[in-house]
Amino acid sequence: MSKARSAPLRTALIHLALIAYTLVALFPVFLTLVNSFKSRNAIFREPMALPTPSTFSLVGYETVLNQGDFVGYFQNSLIVTVASIALVLLTGAMAAFALSEYRFRGNTLMGLYLALGIMIPIRLGTVAILQGMVAAGLVNTLTSLILVYTAQGLPLAIFILSEFMRTVSDDLKNAGRIDGLSEYAIFFRLVLPLVRPAMATVAVFTMIPIWNDLWFPLILAPGEDTKTVTLGVQMFIGQFVTNWNAVLSALSLAILPVMVLYVIFSRQLIRGITSGAVK
Amino acid sequence: MGSLQLKSIRKAFGTHEVLKGIDLDVKDGEFVIFVGPSGCGKSTLLRVIAGLEDATSGSIRIDGQEVAAVPPAKRGIAMVFQSYALYPHLTVKDNMGLGLKQAGTEKAEIDRRVAKASSMLALDPYLARRPAELSGGQRQRVAIGRAIVREPKLFLFDEPLSNLDAALRVQTRLEIAGLHRRLKATMIYVTHDQVEAMTLADKIVVLNAGAIEQIGSPMDLYNKPANIFVAGFIGSPQMNFIPAGKLGDTEAKTIGIRPEHIALSRESGDWKGKVIHVEHLGADTIVYLETEATGLLTVRLFGEHAYKPDDVVFATPDKASQHRFDTGDRAIA
Ligand SMILES: Nc1ncnc2c1ncn2[C@@H]1O[C@H](COP(=O)(O)OP(=O)(O)O)[C@@H](O)[C@H]1O
Ligand SMILES: [Mg+2]
Repeated sequence: MSKARSAPLRTALIHLALIAYTLVALFPVFLTLVNSFKSRNAIFREPMALPTPSTFSLVGYETVLNQGDFVGYFQNSLIVTVASIALVLLTGAMAAFALSEYRFRGNTLMGLYLALGIMIPIRLGTVAILQGMVAAGLVNTLTSLILVYTAQGLPLAIFILSEFMRTVSDDLKNAGRIDGLSEYAIFFRLVLPLVRPAMATVAVFTMIPIWNDLWFPLILAPGEDTKTVTLGVQMFIGQFVTNWNAVLSALSLAILPVMVLYVIFSRQLIRGITSGAVK
Repeated sequence: MGSLQLKSIRKAFGTHEVLKGIDLDVKDGEFVIFVGPSGCGKSTLLRVIAGLEDATSGSIRIDGQEVAAVPPAKRGIAMVFQSYALYPHLTVKDNMGLGLKQAGTEKAEIDRRVAKASSMLALDPYLARRPAELSGGQRQRVAIGRAIVREPKLFLFDEPLSNLDAALRVQTRLEIAGLHRRLKATMIYVTHDQVEAMTLADKIVVLNAGAIEQIGSPMDLYNKPANIFVAGFIGSPQMNFIPAGKLGDTEAKTIGIRPEHIALSRESGDWKGKVIHVEHLGADTIVYLETEATGLLTVRLFGEHAYKPDDVVFATPDKASQHRFDTGDRAIA
């Protein structure tokens, strides 16, 4: 078969596969959104159906907004996520710069040590972390969550960013040194803008597990003032009765902020890629 | 102002020794070119002079002052890189002015110097553009402009022309030569291209595997190469090397004859041979022949000649221009 004829077929197959994957990935989101706008009976009778005038109901959203302090929970989730991303990006990029730019004894070893966290889940250390937080008096604070999530996000961030920083031209950094830029200025003004796509990637990969996490909020910060959205939703899930309207509505609302953050970062990501392509 | 002394500079990366004791004196206003094959340590030496790498041992003096503890920005140097290394987020004007701004120079003075450099390099129409909006040649001129604006004692160029196409390379070469005449500044220029070295330099330093093979004016190196490496590196096409035994010379090990120092004739001559290949370059004709006495021989003839492969010809070397090398590959005076 000639290459010219096989190409459209291959393209079609690729798109088919991608579309199928998109549908599979979006299906739970779709189900959540659709059912959050239906009455309880309608959810159980026909979970797949779109809301109709007779089944449409906002009772879930009313429950969420009236019971508990969901605005507060959202705020907590946002503070924790944004602060963790910021810390991961800042400290991760700095560590990655040191590892990729400077020759010092133990450089490789340090890199491996920092990358170890990619393979070992941080939850293995939960007991020790809890003991540490109790000793430091940080239980039931957002700070405890931010610290843990920063530690959780750093290994991958350092790994990805240091690979990217190795590709930044030495000549450019040296030109900066000759023009009298400090190492900080070289890092912030020359290197960081050039690895922005990698930063966006890291931000996305760091953000989602933090936003969705139930484990550490439950253990470290279950108090009413420090509850995150995922933890807040749990109060609608009972041992015997679960308020599905409220659960689905809360989850639908929880998608929104992540979506906004994702759009911000992915635009950066795409801009970085295309600006590299036309250079 | 603008002299440079290097004393037994050594540089090792781990156990890998890249510079093996470099001694060099550069006088004020000289145009010195480091030339050598890729990987011989030219860029490393330049970075050591600039202070971007620390030498493992040895001393560097700029204007008589020891600079080991002086950071790059304070050494009074400016460097032009092979990859241009312009700041992508700054305009041409800001690229050129950044060094002065960092040094705390007054804005009026920065503007004056940038304007002077940009008119010298015909960059005036581009001052507001970013590097991404410039062609390769324009970017290289901005990089040179950025160096000029600093008014350094010492210009360092690291293969500044190797990313340009052939026509632009010749033009930029002329500009750099003109710049040197006009600024009367000391310039150190690194290249692997011996043509660039021959055309620009007051003084050429031939480097090989981290050591200096020979220092001299272009014509010194051409006429009196100190060893086989320099003889083979300077001059194009490369010098012919013939085992001396084949020519009945018992004192030397190798005889070297440049392609332009051999005459060809169809009738008679010293070495009979057969033409293998001919390159017609217009001004020159390069003839490759296989002779019984010497093996493969390259001959450069001026003007056009009608030799064809398989022609039988006679080659006669100009005895006065031949070079003799001993068993240590050093030239026999
Ligand atoms: N940062 C470095 N770490 C280790 N080896 C290096 C480094 N920089 C250069 N080298 C080695 O030093 C040698 C000379 O490099 P370089 O000075 O760039 O050569 P040139 O500019 O003459 O082509 C090469 O073998 C290179 O691999
Ligand atoms: Mg080099």
